[in-house]
Amino acid sequence: MSGSYFSAIFGKSPVRPLQEHMEKILSCVSELAPFTKAVLAGKQEAIATHHRNIVTMENEADALKKELRLRLPSTLFMPIDRRDVLEVLTMQDMVAGSARDVAGLIVGREMKIPKSMAKTYKKLIKRCIDASKQAYIAISELDELIETGFGRVERKRVGRLLIKLDVIEQNTDDLQVQLRSELFNLEADLQPVDVMFLYKVIESTGTIADRAQRVGSRLQLMLAR
Amino acid sequence: MEFSLWYLGLAAVFGLFMAWGIGANDVANAMATSVGSKALTIKQAILVAAVFEFAGAFLAGGQVTSTIRKGIIDASTVEGNPELLIFGMLAALLSAAVWLLVASRKGWPVSTTHSIVGAIVGFAVVGIGVDSVYWSKVSTIAASWVVSPMLSGFLAFFIFMSVQKLILATKDPLKNARKYVPVYIFAVGFILALVTMLKGLKHIGLDLSYLQSLMIAIVSGLMTMSIGIFAIKRIKIDPDLDSDFRFTNVERIFGVLMVFTACGMAFAHGSNDVANAVGPVAAIVSIVKTGVVAQKSSLATWILLLGAVGIVLGLATYGWRVIRTVGKNITELTPSRGFAAELAAASTVVIASGTGLPISTTHTLVGAVLGVGIARGIGALNLRVVRNIMLSWIITLPAGGILAIIFFFLLKGIFYNGPVV
Repeated sequence: MSGSYFSAIFGKSPVRPLQEHMEKILSCVSELAPFTKAVLAGKQEAIATHHRNIVTMENEADALKKELRLRLPSTLFMPIDRRDVLEVLTMQDMVAGSARDVAGLIVGREMKIPKSMAKTYKKLIKRCIDASKQAYIAISELDELIETGFGRVERKRVGRLLIKLDVIEQNTDDLQVQLRSELFNLEADLQPVDVMFLYKVIESTGTIADRAQRVGSRLQLMLAR
Repeated sequence: MEFSLWYLGLAAVFGLFMAWGIGANDVANAMATSVGSKALTIKQAILVAAVFEFAGAFLAGGQVTSTIRKGIIDASTVEGNPELLIFGMLAALLSAAVWLLVASRKGWPVSTTHSIVGAIVGFAVVGIGVDSVYWSKVSTIAASWVVSPMLSGFLAFFIFMSVQKLILATKDPLKNARKYVPVYIFAVGFILALVTMLKGLKHIGLDLSYLQSLMIAIVSGLMTMSIGIFAIKRIKIDPDLDSDFRFTNVERIFGVLMVFTACGMAFAHGSNDVANAVGPVAAIVSIVKTGVVAQKSSLATWILLLGAVGIVLGLATYGWRVIRTVGKNITELTPSRGFAAELAAASTVVIASGTGLPISTTHTLVGAVLGVGIARGIGALNLRVVRNIMLSWIITLPAGGILAIIFFFLLKGIFYNGPVV
């Protein structure tokens, strides 16, 4: 028997599921590191495995997203705005989406990354993962934010985390510029279609960091209220 | 009086049944917040509940009991027919107990207090007459049902805001927790002792002046505080615990505080809700003993004891399971929030107990939880359930009343052979 109706007034807080979702996104994006390594080494089997992992984790994140959306009925009274929660969730989801796009593009066209670009591209991937990780760290502060009632000290702390995220994103922009110029110098030796798609890969990869940064911006808006 | 022993026996049995029901179902809400936030284990919660429910019922339960006993019905309207009041009170007890059991089984949000008041008013209106009810008193009680959740909500809001300002949202929450948590512990001891001294202790032979009461309250506040400081000192700060959630150690300090507010909550609950069981018993006993409807006779100590024992019995036989179930469902409540809600609710309830107002402990606690929620303290609150709780007031009163009327006429049919009113 239920015994008491009292416990029913406590709804399920969206914070933990939101953080779990972001954790899943981070592991999905992190899988790009071994994936890129396999692409550069030309190991077909490893490429396929890591691509599969990325797709699987993206799907799992999707399932988490749907579950959280269902869990937020309009009768819930929360310390954070429902719309903010849903928008942060969408932003987080898009990070994994762009990771899958990059992997999908490379696998689909069986693309090879030119040797001379390898070092910079690996750096770009690493920084994109860093950006996602930084977004994850910021999202992890949500329970501390709620604990302190969005206190000033805690808001400042999150603010500092987000500034670092901006710096990382800026860094990925610079790396993209560098990669494009490296590619430009190779254009004459490569197939035009390959060149087109390499530009596309660079752009898609950069999107990961952009979107990670947008998770941070959305969080910042949440703090401003 | 004919059937005197019957009346006394039935009153004791029904009263014990009602008290058992309160212990089995109602206490859970008061204790579950502490269990849910892991400040207390189930076993500790039951121990705390048993001791402090008993103390609250026995030491501070007198005022509300006398309101239920003689504050709702104007006994002069049944002069010459004292049996009517006996049947009515028996019926009210039985109907409230039955209604409480049914509703608890179904998980409906009803209140013991509302059931018993609804039942008494119900039988009085139909069985005796509309004029027999002290409507002004009843409307005061009804108003207190609105005011008490609001008051405890306000209190909880401000207590929690003060916790934010003084402890959580500071640069060194741990240091500030050690500094300020003892102050809150003092408040728990002080408020409970003060209200008890001021209003409760005449029946055990202690009649204190205001100043004496105040002094004793301060001393007991200080004593509770030193126990608290000792307990806080014993907590070993483990930095590893803070790696995932940086306030884990701070919350452990609040856990100590919550042990005290849990005691306070159990005490407050006992002081207010025991009356729902023993108020009618007291009324019956005084009529049977004197043979007339006496408005002035004093409350026998053994009756309070009966209620206190009944509550503890209910707790021991059944209530612990309910506490476990409810506690499991409110894990989102951390000690820093739980204590704010409990301190606010317990203060409101003991003040009501001191004033003699029968209020719903659970509703008061719900109000307090909402207060913390409004201060952005709780992850998510289900407003639909809150609305259902409000609606339940409207259902509980007539339900208790109608059941009481049925039982009243049944009892009258069985025992009554006096003049027909």
